[in-house]
Amino acid sequence: MFSYCTEPDTLASLAWLTCYLTTGAHMSLYMSVFVVLLLIAITAPVALLFGFGGASAARSAFPPLSWLGKGYIAIVRGVPDIAFFLFFVIALDQAIEWLRHQALCPDWSEPIRQGNDFVVCQAAKMPLGNAPQWVHETYGFSLAVLTFAIVFGAFAANVLFGAMRAVPRAQLETAEAYGMTERQTFWRVLVPQMWVYALPGLSNLWMVLIKATPLLFLLGVEDIVYWARELGGTKTPRFTDYPHGDWRMWYFLALLVFYLIFTRISEVALDKLMARLTRGQATAAGEAQRKAVA
Amino acid sequence: MSCWQTIQDYGLRSVGIGERLLPREDFTLCHQFTLIGSGMIWNIYFGVLALCLGFFLATALAMGKASSRAVFRKPAQWFIFIFRGSPLFIQFFFGYFLFLNLKSVYPIFDPFTAAWLGALIVLFLNTAAYSAEIFYGALLSIPKGDTEAADAYGMSGWSRFKRVIWPTMLRLAWPAYTNEAIFLFHATALVFFSGFPAWQQRGDALYYANYFADKTFNPFVPYPILAGYFILLTLVIVGVFGLVNARLNRHLPQNMRRKMRLRPNLIR
Repeated sequence: MFSYCTEPDTLASLAWLTCYLTTGAHMSLYMSVFVVLLLIAITAPVALLFGFGGASAARSAFPPLSWLGKGYIAIVRGVPDIAFFLFFVIALDQAIEWLRHQALCPDWSEPIRQGNDFVVCQAAKMPLGNAPQWVHETYGFSLAVLTFAIVFGAFAANVLFGAMRAVPRAQLETAEAYGMTERQTFWRVLVPQMWVYALPGLSNLWMVLIKATPLLFLLGVEDIVYWARELGGTKTPRFTDYPHGDWRMWYFLALLVFYLIFTRISEVALDKLMARLTRGQATAAGEAQRKAVA
Repeated sequence: MSCWQTIQDYGLRSVGIGERLLPREDFTLCHQFTLIGSGMIWNIYFGVLALCLGFFLATALAMGKASSRAVFRKPAQWFIFIFRGSPLFIQFFFGYFLFLNLKSVYPIFDPFTAAWLGALIVLFLNTAAYSAEIFYGALLSIPKGDTEAADAYGMSGWSRFKRVIWPTMLRLAWPAYTNEAIFLFHATALVFFSGFPAWQQRGDALYYANYFADKTFNPFVPYPILAGYFILLTLVIVGVFGLVNARLNRHLPQNMRRKMRLRPNLIR
């Protein structure tokens, strides 16, 4: 990157390091940090939406819908989340290809599962075999986002379900007494009030989401874990201008510090947000704030 | 080949007893149930040992964090922050490569690069940090009257800790600690996906589930089996911890006892 980087083996250690840390591969590493941030930015709202849907379904008066919602919430209780990540990526991929297969190749007669193979017609492949590289990468990333959203949606559904039940019963009864329909009660009384109760759970979820991002690596996305392993491995002078030993430990130490800083910043920001939202609320924390000022 | 034969061949495969080669074709349901169940041995091994060892460190850390002296407080705070603030996945990777580097300098670190010890140490430190935070919260919420009563009886130091503070802390922390135990067991599934190699294909339940999903390209069988095993394990943990909870609360009237609540929002 810098002009003096043409002959790396002649450089002093500090200059060498600046050159080393700005190679093309390292730029990919820095870019993958943005992939992580992008994942969080997309997943958080989508998961919240899933969670809202799940929680609303769980408290529905229509039994099958309520079972569906409760089942969705319950799947996160007994099973390791990593198993879901590994499961959903393949399952979603196969489900999409199967649907496309049904739609695009109706006259295909052979079975889709042939022994140990999953065979769909060429046109149903997703992404198409001749698609450019970036389509493959985007498709892989979207699958990962959807998987994250499903898993975290279940977490969020659990939090929101609890928050909906935490809203004082008297509030809902008052709404009913005013002649509001069930729908009106839900949207005008329950939903606006539940956020205060949901916030501690949701901020916890945010921290959890940050800490789950390295699992992207398991979903086959070239994320920071992937690059740390790639770049840290032993490099011989034959293949690179910057030979070095096994530095993976240092790369992962850097990742550890990165996540610690990220967590810390979120913690501080969420504390501020919580303080802002409790201002004037009739909760214990709001009371404490008033006392502190007076 | 009968299912009984398969169980004999693969029942203890994950610890290296029985058939050496994993099945390569004609995967039956029996194969999948047996091997994934065999892998659960590792999950239970990691979970139980890390939990038992971590319990003591967690108590020490919680006391340290609640201490008024900075010499004890600061290290405990940093330890807890580091292990709770970073993903377990990264901790595993870092631990593995750290041990790998140490091994090249000191041969004594050789066993540490194997999962049975290296991953156990990482899990132990991790669960200690998470449990310490739970215990610390419980320490802070010990009713003031309890400690005042201890003072009034003239207790101090060790006997005050052993007879009043520690049991009360455990009693208050137990429901949250049950969740921690459940999620520790879930976290053990990460071990073989995070650097630590599965020597001679002796892996945990998820390792085998993943093996079958890769080979058959059908995730709809092995992962639900894995899920079933983990749900069973979760139920056992809830049962055992419930017994302990009942014992810790045996002096309280029925309506004062703390309810066990499962709160599932924890990933490391």
